[in-house]
Amino acid sequence: MNAFVRRFLSVVIVFSLVAVSLPAIVLAQGGDEEVRMGDWESPTPENLPDEIPIGVLFGLSGGVAVYGEVQQRAVQLAVDEINESGYLGDSVLVPFFEDSGGSGEQAIAAMTKVIEEDEVVAVIGPTLSSSAFSADPIAQENGIPVLGVSNTANGITDMGEFVFRDSLPEAAVIPGTIAQAAEILGLERVGVLYGNDDDFTYSGYEVFVEALEDNEIEITTEETFARGDVDFNAQLTNIIATEPDAIVVSALAQEGVPIIVQARQLGFTGPIIGGNGFNSPAIVAQAGDAANGVIVGAAWNIANQNPLSAAFIEAFEEAYDAQPDQFAAQAYTGTWLIATAIRRADSADPADIRDALAEIEDFPTPLGSFSFDEDRNPVHEPVAQIIVDGVYEILSEETAAAAYGEE
Amino acid sequence: MDITQQIVNAIWLGSVYSLFALGYALVFSVLGLLNLAHSANFMWGAYIGLFFVLQMGFPVLLAAPLAIIGGGVIGILLDRVAFAPLRRRNAPRIAQLISSIGAATFMVALAQIAFSAQPQNFPLDQIPNQTIEGLPFRITPVQVIIFAAALLLMAFLHILVMRTKQGQAMRTVAFDERIAALLGVPVDAIFRLTFFLAGAMAGAAGMLYGLAYNSITPFMGSAVALKGLTVIVLGGLGSIEGAVLGGFVVAGLEVFSIALGGSDFRDAIIFLLLFIVLVVRPQGLLGEASTERA
Repeated sequence: MNAFVRRFLSVVIVFSLVAVSLPAIVLAQGGDEEVRMGDWESPTPENLPDEIPIGVLFGLSGGVAVYGEVQQRAVQLAVDEINESGYLGDSVLVPFFEDSGGSGEQAIAAMTKVIEEDEVVAVIGPTLSSSAFSADPIAQENGIPVLGVSNTANGITDMGEFVFRDSLPEAAVIPGTIAQAAEILGLERVGVLYGNDDDFTYSGYEVFVEALEDNEIEITTEETFARGDVDFNAQLTNIIATEPDAIVVSALAQEGVPIIVQARQLGFTGPIIGGNGFNSPAIVAQAGDAANGVIVGAAWNIANQNPLSAAFIEAFEEAYDAQPDQFAAQAYTGTWLIATAIRRADSADPADIRDALAEIEDFPTPLGSFSFDEDRNPVHEPVAQIIVDGVYEILSEETAAAAYGEE
Repeated sequence: MDITQQIVNAIWLGSVYSLFALGYALVFSVLGLLNLAHSANFMWGAYIGLFFVLQMGFPVLLAAPLAIIGGGVIGILLDRVAFAPLRRRNAPRIAQLISSIGAATFMVALAQIAFSAQPQNFPLDQIPNQTIEGLPFRITPVQVIIFAAALLLMAFLHILVMRTKQGQAMRTVAFDERIAALLGVPVDAIFRLTFFLAGAMAGAAGMLYGLAYNSITPFMGSAVALKGLTVIVLGGLGSIEGAVLGGFVVAGLEVFSIALGGSDFRDAIIFLLLFIVLVVRPQGLLGEASTERA
């Protein structure tokens, strides 16, 4: 018995050490034309100091470092491009990188340090929404513009007129996804399945319903499930019986996987449209072929056709020998937004930078044509993605045909 | 409403619930004890199967019996650690119930440390989950296997308990441990056998459930634990046929409350029925008066 126990525990340990392999990501080609980031038509600034200090706060330690490191790389890349190209005339941006960690206290300490010691004129970050809620009020009090590049929680920019973000909240991604899916796939009737005992899935459901109404798409039936459910056959059978063009699902990845698999087993081959919970490698890894044809929105995708995006991907790969993700694209864009505000204001005064930042409209970026709305939230087209052969591709008529076969 | 498909869905879900509830019912019938660590035992069965498939490269068919044996061994360990010491000291049954909750928490935490909270799955190409063609409804081979397994295991347990010498001994122990001991029944060995069988049942259910839904996490047991408890209370505590009948009744109610447009009220309907059954027939659908248990 003891020998068995010992052997069993040792196999358990070995097993736990084996990492889950991630699905490979395929790179798509970008445009060929020569493109250049930035607003070069505005007059070259002449009244700037030689060095312009900016604070860059990212979570560089602990679990959040997965995001923070890639964000830091993207900011450094943008700063190098801005300084080498003479975008700010004879002046250069000097970034002060600080670790905002995973806790509110650390973010507050980092924000206080860059503002009081380094006397920065603008701040990029912090990584987490919770850190932003702790630290951004300090920037607001000091009249320093702060630009979140990964904060998606509700209410971030309600902290004050100096608080901006370029990261699309979930509520902004879903309507764009539905609109694009409706246009490309010609959706008219959809069934809806959602978790009714969870804040995230329920608010996702509400946004979906509103977006469906806006696009004049009929809802054939609404079905619910509870968190922790694993069998969705009954609900899916109901939905499929109404012969919808697509099934819209508001679920986290844990319930999302069995929903996708069971829908396919019940013979549904059409589009399954999900919220941000479906934006996860786990969906492809666990659902396998069943995930083909799943549609989910995102702020950015590496297969983006936008030429600035292609140029960014190329520059990032050359600099770091690694592929950028959505967080990198948003951090890179954020740095260029700050630099553009400084160039247009021709001033390193934080209040002037804030005003110029707030006026940014239809500015070409890797994320697409970018504007701030009156609440300093980002406005740009989200990317509707479709899973084709295990890869998140941009939704188009070609990729849809590849996922759903000849129809 | 696609009634044929919903009937198939109900039968399928019923076999999943029954399979899980069988082990619960067995332990209760012999020991008069609710083993709330059964769901953790079930989860470990799935991980053992997964281990042999992923790490040893065994085919699923070979890993399944290993998961069943592994589940049984865990059942015995569970008895030795969580129940036997309390039994020796004549602790009240409620103490054993609490001990089983502790054991369940410990086993789930251990699995979380060993395997992480990330869901894992069997290799997708090893599972017969392609829909069978040419039927008026949609069903996959793995669903058929689970249905058959639930019925087979029920028959096996029934015969074991009612027709064999070991079963006779189990029932004697269930009636009264002391009388059983006086009659020369090796009481401790019978306890071990019971826990091995219940654990093996949990291992089988875990493995099959893992294959069916293919998302294995340390918390997968809690999703069915409450349903399993409802099933055996409804079917009659300690009745093996009751566990199976209860499984199909609960699944049928669940599926048809959804099919008739009430997915919001699904659980309310099930627990309302449970309440009514307990008021009208406290021993459950197939339960007998408590002295005649098992």
